Amino acid sequence: MKQNLYKYILGIADNSLILGQRMGALTGHGPSLETDIACTNISLDLFGQVRNYYQYAAKLKGDNTTEDDIAFLRKEREYFNVLLVEQPDTNFAYTIARQFLFDSYHFLFLTELQKSYDITLSAIAKKSIKEVSYHKRFSSDWIKRLGDGTEISHENIQEAINELWTYTDELFHQTEEDKIMVKENIGVDVTRLKEVYYDAVNGILKEATLDIPESKWFQKGGKHGIHTEHLGYILSDLQYMQRTYPNMEW
Amino acid sequence: MSTKKNWPLWEVFVRSKNGLEHRHFGSLHAADEEMALENARDVYTRRSEGVSIWVVESKHITASNPENNGELFEPAQDKVYRHPTFYDLPDEVKHM
Amino acid sequence: MSEEQIRDLEAQFEARIARDEKIEPKDWMPEKYRKTHIRQMSQHAHSEIVGMLPEGNWITRAPSLRRKVALLAKVQDEAGHGLYLYSACETLGISRDELYEQLHTGKAKYSSIFNYPTVTWADMGAIGWLVDGAAIINQVPLCNTSYGPYARAMIRVCKEESFHQRQGFEIMIKLANGTKEQKEMAQDALNRWWWPSLMMLGPTDDKSVHTEQSMKWKLKRKTNDDLRQQFIDQTVPQAELIGLTIPDPNLKWNEERGSYDFGKINWDEFWQVVKGHGPCNKERMKARVGAWERGEWVRDAAMAYASKNQERKQDQAI
Repeated sequence: MKQNLYKYILGIADNSLILGQRMGALTGHGPSLETDIACTNISLDLFGQVRNYYQYAAKLKGDNTTEDDIAFLRKEREYFNVLLVEQPDTNFAYTIARQFLFDSYHFLFLTELQKSYDITLSAIAKKSIKEVSYHKRFSSDWIKRLGDGTEISHENIQEAINELWTYTDELFHQTEEDKIMVKENIGVDVTRLKEVYYDAVNGILKEATLDIPESKWFQKGGKHGIHTEHLGYILSDLQYMQRTYPNMEW
Repeated sequence: MSTKKNWPLWEVFVRSKNGLEHRHFGSLHAADEEMALENARDVYTRRSEGVSIWVVESKHITASNPENNGELFEPAQDKVYRHPTFYDLPDEVKHM
Repeated sequence: MSEEQIRDLEAQFEARIARDEKIEPKDWMPEKYRKTHIRQMSQHAHSEIVGMLPEGNWITRAPSLRRKVALLAKVQDEAGHGLYLYSACETLGISRDELYEQLHTGKAKYSSIFNYPTVTWADMGAIGWLVDGAAIINQVPLCNTSYGPYARAMIRVCKEESFHQRQGFEIMIKLANGTKEQKEMAQDALNRWWWPSLMMLGPTDDKSVHTEQSMKWKLKRKTNDDLRQQFIDQTVPQAELIGLTIPDPNLKWNEERGSYDFGKINWDEFWQVVKGHGPCNKERMKARVGAWERGEWVRDAAMAYASKNQERKQDQAI
């Protein structure tokens, strides 16, 4: 099996899985019906992407592996999403800040992934980027509304941005597999996205009258399967059925 | 109870495909026009129902009053000469 | 207006409905028509959004990705349906915020079936199959109701709901054809949801206060008892098909009536739940009120931003 490619795909897909899971959990609890529907749409887009990636990964793996085996039956250390996407929905500001910080990256990443020499990855990227452009518009608009809204909303979103900022640097880290994939023109060199990313993010934050966090200390580990404590609980929910009732069809 | 201003109501018009007119699809609440468009997209085109959306804040629509329906619409009813069936043609002329 | 004039208008109004003409928002209507419609439509809207909660409960735990996206899309549709119905209601001059207020203070009712807990995954199947099944029976005739905005909302709702019941029944089929454990899970869910689903179609005709007037206004096309019979007659063969047993020892085909006879419904339980003593009444309200209150600063922010933006645009124009 193409072990490196397999792991590379998981690294991309797990971000969408965990963020989709977080966003999906909010269904029915949004600040307005309209916003609720919009957030569920984002979750559905992300799960759609997850299925495309995992189906491809399952095919690479062979031995009748399914998308669900990959989604539900790995151990904590075998999920490779970045720490950012597993952070909790402390309030709507955190939901929007997390989404915005990820969307801004996701958009740049998919733009590059479209050029992958791997035609399946390139095709998934071409399909997904339309969805993610919309996510980026949605979350950026909300950053501006909350930042330049009321005093309370300004405070809340500033706090959320400050708290989550520490997870942004990891987006541009490379694992060994990443480097190999870049060399083979399959993967995206994320180190080259960093500057553009912070330019874009800072631009929106400024427009939203928000301060750009000065913290230079960043958290990392997700890409190597070392997560914050939040992931364990996400997985307990996510995997509950498959673990409690193993080897069944649903 | 909050006395603050709530999100106003908007009317949503969707063109289901090019060549067709925008049709009234329903309404929704949004704080501003960008949000109204985004919400309309998320609420009313989840099943690929549209290729173009118009939104207009409901308060900007001026509607005729049904009480005036008599003077507004009934005078048109006896102007049958505006319809092709008013005119007699010989049977031989099949298409006109 | 004199009383006589009003009586005259009322007679004309009833005649229009009898001729199957639609009533539109700005048309004259008797106050009772307006009030009844606000009550029924908002109750329906509330049921949709409270109904999101028991199913939303399983979104994070759905057993496969395919089931997860289907469930997400379904619960999202319910939000959409709530939205369509609130909008229809708003054409009668009441705002969504006022309607929420009625829900949150317990003044307005919603379908009491959503006060039962969803304890296993099979409940997602049972709700889709039975609860949506019963809802569809109620809703399809409303596509022809007399109030235009309500009828139009219902057409959209019914069109979108057509996948909901299938989604639920498919879950049940999979479980019923699965392992022993899965089959037991399915049977258990059917046992718990069967009777509440029958109650969902409303009190028996002799206890139903609104039926006669509602029939006239086409808010109702069949009585509760007729709807219930229709639901039972269509559902029993479906249960048989997948090898599940309806939890009613008195259920029996009646050749003469061409319908199933069925056992006594525990109406005490129904009224208890309606009065707020169901297993989840409190949780459901807490969830709704909580979401609304937690969202207040968000909604305010959006309004503040919108008006600042408006001012900026005006400044630029000068």
